[in-house]
Amino acid sequence: MRFVFVALIALWLSACSPDSEPIETTATLSVPDPVFHESGNPKTLTEWGQIASNGVEIKLASEAIIFDLNSALFSDYALKLRTVWLPDGRAAQFQPDQSFDFPIGTVITKTFYYPRGTSEGQVLKPDESHGIYSHAANIESYRLLETRILAHRKEGWIALPYVWNDAQTQAELKRIGDIKPLTLVDAEQQTEFAYVVPNVNQCAGCHATNNTTRKIEPIGPKARHLNRDFAYETGPENQLKFWEANGVLDDAPAQVEIDKTAIWNDDSASVNERARAYLDINCAHCHNKVGPADTSGLHLEPDTKFGPNLGLCKPPIAAGTGTGGRLFGIIPGKPEDSIFVYRTASTDPAVMMPELGRSLAHNEGVALLEEWIKNMPGNCTDPAK
Amino acid sequence: MKKIVLGTFNLAALMACQGAAEKEAASTDSHADYAATLQEQLLDAQSGDVIEIPAGRFTFDRSLSLTVDGVTIRGAGMDETVLSFKGQIAGAEGLLVTASDFTLEGLTIQDTKGDALKVNEGKNITIRGIKTEWTGGHKTSNGAYGIYPVQCENVLIEDSVAIAASDAGIYVGQSENIIVRRNRAEYNVAGIEIENSVHADVYDNVAIHNTGGILVFNMPNLPRPGHSTRVYDNTIVENNTKNFGHAGTPVASVPAGSGIVINSNDKVEIFGNNIRDNKTANIIISSIHMAGFEGLSTQDDFDGYPEGIYIYDNTLEGGGNSPDGLDLKALKVAKFGLSGSLPDILWDGFQDSEKFVDGKIVDEHRICVDNGDIQILNADAPNGFGNPDVVDMSAHSCELEKLKPVKFSG
Repeated sequence: MRFVFVALIALWLSACSPDSEPIETTATLSVPDPVFHESGNPKTLTEWGQIASNGVEIKLASEAIIFDLNSALFSDYALKLRTVWLPDGRAAQFQPDQSFDFPIGTVITKTFYYPRGTSEGQVLKPDESHGIYSHAANIESYRLLETRILAHRKEGWIALPYVWNDAQTQAELKRIGDIKPLTLVDAEQQTEFAYVVPNVNQCAGCHATNNTTRKIEPIGPKARHLNRDFAYETGPENQLKFWEANGVLDDAPAQVEIDKTAIWNDDSASVNERARAYLDINCAHCHNKVGPADTSGLHLEPDTKFGPNLGLCKPPIAAGTGTGGRLFGIIPGKPEDSIFVYRTASTDPAVMMPELGRSLAHNEGVALLEEWIKNMPGNCTDPAK
Repeated sequence: MKKIVLGTFNLAALMACQGAAEKEAASTDSHADYAATLQEQLLDAQSGDVIEIPAGRFTFDRSLSLTVDGVTIRGAGMDETVLSFKGQIAGAEGLLVTASDFTLEGLTIQDTKGDALKVNEGKNITIRGIKTEWTGGHKTSNGAYGIYPVQCENVLIEDSVAIAASDAGIYVGQSENIIVRRNRAEYNVAGIEIENSVHADVYDNVAIHNTGGILVFNMPNLPRPGHSTRVYDNTIVENNTKNFGHAGTPVASVPAGSGIVINSNDKVEIFGNNIRDNKTANIIISSIHMAGFEGLSTQDDFDGYPEGIYIYDNTLEGGGNSPDGLDLKALKVAKFGLSGSLPDILWDGFQDSEKFVDGKIVDEHRICVDNGDIQILNADAPNGFGNPDVVDMSAHSCELEKLKPVKFSG
């Protein structure tokens, strides 16, 4: 009943809010109440009852847990608000390497947003001062772009992208994806780019990490990515411990036995650890031994040994334009001659890696890979000599 | 500064307003909204569906993708239905299919940023009457592959045309049970390429004006090597286009003027082909060692020797008269004179002595040639090209067990 009430308000809000008219209904924004949809494709985000917004503030379902990852996929510098919600009394089973085994009924959300720039279509390159980390937050200084839902149904996980309206009062299902022209502003420059919301198949392009079963799986909620502190409203705590304490994670081993991925931009870890963490979260969903990119023989999971399958002196297979005239994935000491750097720095659809999920180059991430390769020992035999 | 393609807002707006009921048959023109309609059909497809694309020219700024098994996509004909990806801003291919029991027929895919059609891991894949093309001529900036099934089982590619791919026009990789027939490949770096695949029949095709006509390759660092390919009754002529591939790709090392190239692959049967006027050589047999990828670059257990190659009853004419590359040019002049030609078969000379029995190559690993007065030039690559020479053909006078026709598995 409560859900219907909230939905009605949201509908009314979205129907009656012209683009710029201020909305004075903050007080009426109720905490949403999660609804698990066993089938169908709900047309609006509101229907899931995970996130509600009136354009001024957003509220998250109180049982939804906000989480963060040690290293996250680069998505054109967008910030991401991630939540997981498990049905009453159910818990996910711990898995050492794979995503946790979440019960049917689990809903994971990821909202992509930026700090607003001075004009419409302008967004700021975020820094540490930005971010939404609480169940009720003012969003007037943020531009919400999309919220992606992963829901675990009987027949498997489904992925649906919802695109926020300009008033930020509602997000509507866009199964075929969308394109939002934006300008990213930082201290040095303004860069126009096309922010691309993936279509449903493209969701699977990353989330079907096994190209044989093609089952959609969450990617982020793995032990090694979650194993970090989070500043909860109740105080900072390790996320895995918090999940356990709140009864949503079972069978976790002792903390010391759980892997921990490096934070890619935290200098306290070695360059090698940070680069491998970066490749893990940005590449390994396709570049793994059973993934869509297993055709390349390039495997970028954390357990791939240092050798040709990690890219070391590896000639490309089907890279086409992606070689940029370079002979090997990685040439130790020579980032500028390594295909890794060429493709991660590119924004040409025929060249760029990852293929999906960004229109901008991640300069800081590329710099990390450069540093990694620069410090790598060894060299490759040039076949032409 | 990045370009923003105008009109994307319109697309979204149009989409939003286009109810499912409002099925105005997207007919002849390049309606921008057809992209949305088609992608939506692909998302909603159910096994058994036939998605018909009408005649007309349709433009797309993002990749199309299909993930549902058992779907047929059918155009009104190769020359009637054209999907143009000129101006594509996202996606590494034109159409990406990750599904089985898939048929694509009767349409053209044009000017994609990357590959035109990629089918990644599917069983029972039929590509019929498809044209993939880059319309600005053969350029390095073109996408890599035209028709590209990879890790598939039971692949039929027929009556199709592939033009100007910067890698291979038709490329079947890491697949099993393959028939490629009655296609035409022109102005690609590689016309037709079978790579790391098992059981392929390539016949009745025309490969013309490519850098290399038909390639049968094995590359290292992949899950499995290929073997058992029959290349027969093809017309492979004048594949003399300057190599415009990307340095670093396997095909970039193919010399212009190559008819058939076998690299590191085993059990390859070449017969009944009409191979003519390929200026480096009508047939090239080489190993991974020739390609130069060794040591760190290669998995330890990779076998880069081409073994069990059987060449017979082909019609060979011309060719070898103007080989690509200074070394081969010099060799030709030194051995055969200014107006002479290299022999029909160019072989790098690598053999795996570790597999020899009593100091001799075993029969099933031999290169057997039964093709009239055809000759082989051994480039003597193992000895640094020290003494390249025409070989005594009696060393290659042998027969191998013929491969069976490809049969699709159930």
